[in-house]
Amino acid sequence: MNKVLGAYSNETTPRPAPVQNAGWKIWLRDNFFAGPFNTLMTLASLWFLAVTLPTALRWGLIDAVWYTTDPVVCREAAGACWAVVAEKYRVMLFGTFPYDEHWRGFLVVLIITGLGVLSTLRRLWSWWLLLAWALAVVVVFGLLLGGFFGLRRIGTHEWGGLPLTLVMFMITVVTGIPGGILLALGRRSEMPVIRALCVSVIELVRGLPLVTVLFMASLVLPLFMPGGVNIDKFIRAQIAMALFFSTYAAEVVRGGLQAVPRGQYEAAAVVGLNWFQTTTRIVLPQALRIALPSLINEIIRAFKNTTFIGIIGLFDVLRATSAALQDPNWVRYSIEAYLAIFLLYFVLCFAMSKYGERIERDTDTGRI
Amino acid sequence: MTASPQVPPALPPQRKPPKAPALSLRGLRHNRRGQALLWQILVIGTVVALGLWLFSNAQAALARQGMRTGYAFLGMPAGFDIGDTLIAFNSSDSFLRAYGVALLNTMKISIAAILCASLLGLFFGIGRLSRNLLFRKISTVYVEFFRNTPQLVQLIFWYTIITGLPRPRDAWSLGELAFLSNRGLLLPWPAAMTDVLVLLMTLVLGGIAAAQIRRRVSGRLSGILATLAFVTPAAAASVFGVHWSLPELRGFNFVGGLALTPEFLALLLGLSLYIGAFLAEIVRAGVLSVGRGQVEAARSVGLLPWQISRRVVLPQALRVMVPPATTQYVSVIKNSSLGVAIGYPELFNVNNTIATLSGHAVEAMFIMMTIYLAISGLIALLMNLTNHHVQIRER
Repeated sequence: MNKVLGAYSNETTPRPAPVQNAGWKIWLRDNFFAGPFNTLMTLASLWFLAVTLPTALRWGLIDAVWYTTDPVVCREAAGACWAVVAEKYRVMLFGTFPYDEHWRGFLVVLIITGLGVLSTLRRLWSWWLLLAWALAVVVVFGLLLGGFFGLRRIGTHEWGGLPLTLVMFMITVVTGIPGGILLALGRRSEMPVIRALCVSVIELVRGLPLVTVLFMASLVLPLFMPGGVNIDKFIRAQIAMALFFSTYAAEVVRGGLQAVPRGQYEAAAVVGLNWFQTTTRIVLPQALRIALPSLINEIIRAFKNTTFIGIIGLFDVLRATSAALQDPNWVRYSIEAYLAIFLLYFVLCFAMSKYGERIERDTDTGRI
Repeated sequence: MTASPQVPPALPPQRKPPKAPALSLRGLRHNRRGQALLWQILVIGTVVALGLWLFSNAQAALARQGMRTGYAFLGMPAGFDIGDTLIAFNSSDSFLRAYGVALLNTMKISIAAILCASLLGLFFGIGRLSRNLLFRKISTVYVEFFRNTPQLVQLIFWYTIITGLPRPRDAWSLGELAFLSNRGLLLPWPAAMTDVLVLLMTLVLGGIAAAQIRRRVSGRLSGILATLAFVTPAAAASVFGVHWSLPELRGFNFVGGLALTPEFLALLLGLSLYIGAFLAEIVRAGVLSVGRGQVEAARSVGLLPWQISRRVVLPQALRVMVPPATTQYVSVIKNSSLGVAIGYPELFNVNNTIATLSGHAVEAMFIMMTIYLAISGLIALLMNLTNHHVQIRER
């Protein structure tokens, strides 16, 4: 390579790639057999694939039972029993939600995912989108709670499955991001009391596992309420989730705030803007743009964390799946059911993470 | 330049910075300092009032239920058993000892998971940068899959798989030394504590010898000699000096050896595979953050590939990797509390039992919070020290 460069270094016109650097043989050598270590890695990888792939394919595809309502058919088959998903998908996706009202849950899922997809289009980023989300919150709660237009009333204790997971996620993000921004601003405030308060809230919650925060909200919070007041379990879990998310969002936003150059604050002060104007018009737009990729990571984490509410007894997708597998006829096929749940979460999280990567690439231009 | 001294032009007398106006009640509302003071008093007032209100509610609730408060219950017998313990524990031991057992279990699973996750992260992080297409793709699949699925789903999945393994009688064995069954993983282990100590001592001695060799001997032989010096004492001790306890099947279960329970194994897999994927990304980002020019410069000075990795890339990558990696390690410790979902007796799980059995839920919560915050704080402190150590010394 160096020899070639030396020989032609006087030329200025671009040359075609040398013949000996093209072709499948070269490609094969460069990608798989460049040096003894590389060859060793190829062989090890091939061995790994040879051990795992055939078994996995035979179990998951060739010998698998795709559809049956009879568990005996599955028991006689050597492979996976995907029929468990077809048999139990209503319980897995809607949990304890009343069976006849599943369409309401389905609508909720459609609204939230649809609006979520729309929110990724940057052409639509405006105040209208925030308004749409506010409206969606109202509609979603109306649909789930019911009690009007002849819709049956459904208590939050009956909510479950994907609608519950998505509602919990939506409220967590919608309330957690403003909360995080406030906490981050408070942490950088010049008023010592407010700063100390925000720092202690952030560090306290971030130092604890989410499960403990959830347990605190579900078991200890009722103790601190006046007698007779009983906060709904869903709301208690929601408070914990939003608080937890907002402290993590706060640290991300703080990173963005710190990246805004001092000159911006000074220029704003020179023009005569007050604190509120400086923050909302000059600092936050820049800070949030810088923080956006990390914020999306936190949002993905918040989505994955919604599974934790199953531990305190709410029937999210995971818990609903575990409940569906209590059926003694189908409990042997838990692995297949959990793999289906894996797929569901993976599709949603992977899409969000790819979107985050794109945002990161796009917003990275033009900054030093 | 003239020799005559320049007469400086007459400057106006230096003005002092204006004094901050004294706080007066009249101007308070229009004064920035006054406004800040007002706001802060308002916030303190609200927080204190809220705190008092919550406290009085709790007092009333406790009085209604006739619950006693205080930490005296810690000395009382616990009245429950813990399945998997590092130190002896039975139901007549105190609650305090139960906390000790639980904390040790949390430490055990965290340290094991951190070690495994680091190895996984290093392996697949390098794999994602490998020139080998196959290895690179496998690493990408690993990272994307485990990063983008909830940890709790993974955990419950592993637990389902492990509890679905064959019975001990049909266990999968590795050369009759290690056994994997639905009772967990059985490994050979030194029979007594003294044997473990002997092994540790030989490892430390080997490490010191290896470090000395690396420092004194140069050239190609150095690495081989150092490895030999590190391994030989421990190998010799394990063959000649240490009594091994081997697992063997008696009746329906195994005796001897080191038994890793299904809960421990599932939690170990769940924590380390998930965090390992994040660590792989951190390793990749760290290596990529080292400028191309650094590697090219090192190559042009004639350094060998391993020297480039060891002396040029690694020290600089480490600087970028330490802060995010520590966050992940703290996350391992915090997420070990997921053991509650599968019944591994770590701090959070045992604390729940204690809170229920003792009737002192609030005190138990405070103890647990303090322990978790202390651990997080301690690690943050250690991280700052490490970070200080690996950062560039700027003069």
